Amino acid sequence: MSNSAVSNADQTKTSARKDGQMIVSVSPHIKDKASTSSIMLDVLIALAPALVASVVIFGARALLVTAVCVAFAVGSEWVFEKIVKKPSTIGDLSAAVTGVLLAFNLPVGIPLWQAAFGSIVAIVVVKQLFGGIGQNFANPAITARIIMLLAFSRTMTTWVFPDAVSTATPLVILKGETQQALPSLTDMFLGFRGGCLGETSALALIIGGIYLLARRVISWHTPVAFIGTVLLMTLLLGKQPEYQLMSGGLLIGAIFMATDYATTPNTDLGRIIFGIGCGLITVLIRVWGNYPEGVSFSILLMNILTPHISKLTRKNPLGGAKA
Amino acid sequence: MLKKRLHGAHVPHWKNTAGSKPERMPVPPLINLPMSMHIGAPAKPVVKVGDEVKVGQLVAEAGGFVSSPIYSGVSGKVKKIEDMLMSSGQKVPTVTIETDGKQELFEGVAPPKVTNLQEFLDAVRNSGVVGLGGAGFPTAVKLTVKDLSMIEAVIVNGAECEPFITSDTRTMIDDAELVWEGIELLKKYLQVKRIIIGIEDNKPQCIENFRKMCTPGCGVEVKALPAIYPQGGEKVLIYNTIGRAVPEGKLPIDVGAVVINCTTLAAIAKYIKTGIPLYEKCVTVDGSAVKNPKNVIAPIGTPLKDVFEFCGGFKTEPKKVLYGGPMMGLAVPDLNQPLLKNTNAVLAFGEKEARLPKETACIRCGRCVGHCPFNLAPVDIETAFRLKDAAALAELKVNLCMECGCCAYVCPANRPLVQVNKLAKAMLKKYQDDQKAAEEKKKAKEEAMKEASK
Repeated sequence: MSNSAVSNADQTKTSARKDGQMIVSVSPHIKDKASTSSIMLDVLIALAPALVASVVIFGARALLVTAVCVAFAVGSEWVFEKIVKKPSTIGDLSAAVTGVLLAFNLPVGIPLWQAAFGSIVAIVVVKQLFGGIGQNFANPAITARIIMLLAFSRTMTTWVFPDAVSTATPLVILKGETQQALPSLTDMFLGFRGGCLGETSALALIIGGIYLLARRVISWHTPVAFIGTVLLMTLLLGKQPEYQLMSGGLLIGAIFMATDYATTPNTDLGRIIFGIGCGLITVLIRVWGNYPEGVSFSILLMNILTPHISKLTRKNPLGGAKA
Repeated sequence: MLKKRLHGAHVPHWKNTAGSKPERMPVPPLINLPMSMHIGAPAKPVVKVGDEVKVGQLVAEAGGFVSSPIYSGVSGKVKKIEDMLMSSGQKVPTVTIETDGKQELFEGVAPPKVTNLQEFLDAVRNSGVVGLGGAGFPTAVKLTVKDLSMIEAVIVNGAECEPFITSDTRTMIDDAELVWEGIELLKKYLQVKRIIIGIEDNKPQCIENFRKMCTPGCGVEVKALPAIYPQGGEKVLIYNTIGRAVPEGKLPIDVGAVVINCTTLAAIAKYIKTGIPLYEKCVTVDGSAVKNPKNVIAPIGTPLKDVFEFCGGFKTEPKKVLYGGPMMGLAVPDLNQPLLKNTNAVLAFGEKEARLPKETACIRCGRCVGHCPFNLAPVDIETAFRLKDAAALAELKVNLCMECGCCAYVCPANRPLVQVNKLAKAMLKKYQDDQKAAEEKKKAKEEAMKEASK
């Protein structure tokens, strides 16, 4: 009975109506303006300041790497859906967002074929093979970045400025593995330091974050819990929290990756727990781990816990008996 | 004390007709009175084809305790009594009256004698009044409580949270005295100590009106509520006025509350004061396809096409017509459908608004969870429904859903979440019924075995 009712409704939607016939559908009959593509467009807009910053800091190649990632992310989604005969979803812009986010997590000197490879892995392996938008359990950009880090260890950790000066990232310097001096806090804030092309400018990322909050695309819970945990932990451990905050991928991770819908909890409390978990793992890796940076790993690990966090933090319905 | 604010959706108000004083429309050529305009047993016709009826005359008597009588709002002749296909999809016996335009008042119309509780409840029953906020539940049944001391507060619902609708607003402006008389009646016969009038703060004139009427110690308070949909939902209103949550499967009275719509209360007061039963209704006529949106007083049973014609007809071809507001209203298949007792608005929309948005994949954004006033998880309910997991539906408390539509309203993927919840409730009910039946069968079998072994 239930199935036939649903298919009836589907028929009303698709079949052509005769003149004078009216549409009968279940309420509500109005809808707010937000759509998947409008949300993704908002994310792209929020990423724009960081793109501008990356070009200023690392030169025009930043734009080229981003373009390659977006082209291959969108292109591989289109091709994959063609092959498996699914309707194309490239119009929802989520593949473009994945492309930009992956590019922002790569060093500017990355060989372009590697960037293309990473984009295809993100879309085809991490997203589409799990069922496409909304169905993937792990963040495509982050997972692809981790795969690239393992596959292309050398190129993924070579940080070069436009003037061909090689530099270490602040996190490597903080770990005491090199004798270079730390950049000034102003340079850190503006983004003039070694790092992935979209992660360095704290200013640009914070502007994007404020935009997403104002547009209600993301909620404050995860970023605040994530960043707050890192600050508190590094403060207690005496690890220069002001540098930790603006180093590595913390800001881009907390604002843009740990707030991804499909791979993070859907309750406010769950989002706070997710953020705290990310913060703890990040500090753990940064301080005691072999890798200088732990943001990507922390988000991927917490992605795995997401369904459980969502379920455990589900609110007790108003009037529902206590479970 | 209120611990937390309930979620909801900031839907647009579109109260375009708030300033439109209701206009009485000319008598239509005929009216159709369906015997089911309320929750409960259908009313039974007491007239025959060919009978002359007058304004205010009984056409059908209540068909049981949970039922309501139906009166004619026109004078004329009963043309036919036949089944009519209603918007609900059911065929309902319907009395069609051809009007003569004389609009003579029935001689029997006289104020009822009301001196005690029983007479008051009888009067409410005889008035033909049902929940005019849209629910259509017979008011007399609602007011019949086992023990009057159970009622701690009566909440008069003047929230009117649906977009477009202003008929309650007009009641509170034009008939504030009647509403107040209704309150006095409740105080007198139901011995209610505390009465709260809940009004959304986008209707300051109504709030001001009633605040002026309150005197110290009168037991009536006016509560201005934030204009967040679904503020006027019964359980939402109870929570936001007296801070109590109605448990699953219970009624408002179980937490000491009776909620009554302001227009319903005015209709009761009118009947007790004048003997005029519920046979006409003020409805808001609005929507993008309507030429002159306004509030209209029309006899119950008036075909919608006549109501729209009185408002200047259509600007564009109507593609979707609703009983009630756009959030919870019922879509009407054709314009011959009659105005019902519980119709507070009729809206007509053109092609642009009527077009159904394309459904896309769920992106798990959690907006539906974040906007549900009852903290339900529509995204999980949808998953459980598609997996046909009735046990999970029970755990997710799908039966608490009041189908307010906030989840579907905010869904960026345009998923039909309300429709799914309706179907999920049916699935859960079937599952529970089947379980019960299986248990009983098992029990019977065991007993038979015992018998046999003896």
